[in-house]
Amino acid sequence: MSLRSSLGKVEGLGAAKEGAHHWWVQRMTSVALVLLTLWFVTSLVLLGSFEYPVVHAWLAKSLNAVLLLLLATIGIYHSQLGVQVIVEDYVNHHGAKLTVLMVINFLHLLLAALAAFAILRVAFGAST
Amino acid sequence: MKNVPDVPATNPPNAARPLSPFLTYKWRYTMALSFLNRVTGCALTAGTLLFVYWLVAISNGVEAYASAQRVFAHPLVKVLLVMFSYAFFYHLLAGLRHLMWDTGHGLERRSAQLSGWIAFIGSIVLTAGFWLLLLAGLRGAA
Repeated sequence: MSLRSSLGKVEGLGAAKEGAHHWWVQRMTSVALVLLTLWFVTSLVLLGSFEYPVVHAWLAKSLNAVLLLLLATIGIYHSQLGVQVIVEDYVNHHGAKLTVLMVINFLHLLLAALAAFAILRVAFGAST
Repeated sequence: MKNVPDVPATNPPNAARPLSPFLTYKWRYTMALSFLNRVTGCALTAGTLLFVYWLVAISNGVEAYASAQRVFAHPLVKVLLVMFSYAFFYHLLAGLRHLMWDTGHGLERRSAQLSGWIAFIGSIVLTAGFWLLLLAGLRGAA
């Protein structure tokens, strides 16, 4: 017979070992991404050309750079949250799970850093 | 503890154990649509690599961007881009469906089935519309 309360069983259990924060952040990022991706898709259609001068000039505009920075970082965050759930669902071995999650988190951070650096580099005009 | 457990420490071997839905449930399209949301999410994670590559190429200057354009002009990459765009539109509509469910709406069987069809058909329509508009824009500027 277990002396643990129902609440105690719920708290801290499950594959993720924690509760609502992950779920909530996934919703917050998805709402932000609805707006940001629709802006990005519309921008791509309106761009008219994917030649270097056109794309570079578009990205060099402050508003575009800021929105693209938000899109890249929030999108990559959302991706990390989603892949994390899949790993927690399908990788059962504790050590393997930790290792895979760490690798996935590092890769997402690397992607976010690359994207942010590239966007800011164009926006601040360090390279043409 | 003197209490004798009223539940055996291990279940009898032939006790009904809970199984994952894909092992027990009859295959339904609503289930396939739910899987498709995960699959498209994974696809978009992979697509992010191309997106970041594109950004890095722009930041590295004219020559780097020109070589990236050759990569994007490859037929296989074009097919990938169409698939990523489909993954995006499906994940977008399925995500909106989830946000609607989170507010407690549309959970009845009929409305869940209807929104499933809307997401599936809508994602194909949006993908086709996106490429038609994009290509028309490119042709108009040329």
